[in-house]
Amino acid sequence: MSSVTKNNPRSVLELFVFFSLLALQGFGGMIAFIEEGLVRKKKWMTREEFLEDWAVARTLPGPPAINMGIIIGARHFGVRGALAAVLGVFLFPSLLVMGLAILYTKFSHLHQVSDALRGMGAVAAGLLIATGIKLLTALPSNIMGLRICSVIAVVAFVLVGLLHIRVSYALFGLGSISCFYAYHCLRNKK
Amino acid sequence: MGAVNQFVMGWSDWWKLAEWFLVLSAFSVGGPLILLPEMRRFLVVDQGWITDEQVAASVALAQSAPGPNVLFVALLGWNVGINAGSYWVAFIVAATTMICIMLPCSVILYCTAQWVQKNSHRRSVRAFKQGMSPVVVPMLIASGWTLATAGTTLNDWPLWALSAGTVFLVLWGKIPLVLLIAIGGVLGATGCLSL
Repeated sequence: MSSVTKNNPRSVLELFVFFSLLALQGFGGMIAFIEEGLVRKKKWMTREEFLEDWAVARTLPGPPAINMGIIIGARHFGVRGALAAVLGVFLFPSLLVMGLAILYTKFSHLHQVSDALRGMGAVAAGLLIATGIKLLTALPSNIMGLRICSVIAVVAFVLVGLLHIRVSYALFGLGSISCFYAYHCLRNKK
Repeated sequence: MGAVNQFVMGWSDWWKLAEWFLVLSAFSVGGPLILLPEMRRFLVVDQGWITDEQVAASVALAQSAPGPNVLFVALLGWNVGINAGSYWVAFIVAATTMICIMLPCSVILYCTAQWVQKNSHRRSVRAFKQGMSPVVVPMLIASGWTLATAGTTLNDWPLWALSAGTVFLVLWGKIPLVLLIAIGGVLGATGCLSL
């Protein structure tokens, strides 16, 4: 899985085009499209590396999908790369969404419109779950070992998905315990 | 439609709006959608610039349109501008709110990402990445789960089946993701999902 040859983005323009295309396809959250594009299509990173960057993107302020763009852009081309990624994500979708806002006020009373949106929402939900499951396959290489990782993952899902604890509490509460344990594992390994 | 009267935005209003979104940005861990209650309180309750219906429509529209969901912030600004006068004002307010919600968090992230990149060999940095990984993945699944089940009843089983089928097709199929979205839209519009 991680033995695939890795590529690099060739130019800032390629980065901009890549994120523009992703953003224009990315209905109901872009992360599924970003994972698919970066790991499987472009091969700019392995799934394990994607997961490590995602951990940073998800823990800092800002929309995680866009944070991911900034991280990738900054890594390859510094400030210019980060700007290209952000601009790519926003430029066309923001023009589109304002056009849609005007249309929406005219057509929102049609039940076909809201029914179609519900169908698209259900697919978007499936995309998020599937992306999560894909990323789970990167956990066995985690330093804490598969068993501990599974326990942490299940607890995190129960807290957020079933008990609806605030995400930030779960992130920093469970996250700090997990980070301390990972630190402990890394020290013992040396 | 809304209960909001037309109003004119003065300089102090522009500043209040910008300041509010700049501050919120720095606290938007997990994405600005988490801060929606704060934004609603400011725009609807405190300032009375937009209605609850406009807030709900902004979120729904941003989530159903392509692109990042954070564009709902631009739509909130758009609605403020519409209520304040014209498409032009709407465009400028939308751009203002969007820049303000993105600037602080992006700068924080950029600096952190560069630092992390330079220090990726450090044990603390590796521990952070390895430690957070098993925490953030289930959160992705949990948001999909919430999106799939929120506001649904047993009668909505076709929607659940569609979500489950999507998971299956993404993991074991080779269908482009955007095509799956389109299929969902067509199934919905043709009434296949409502009993």
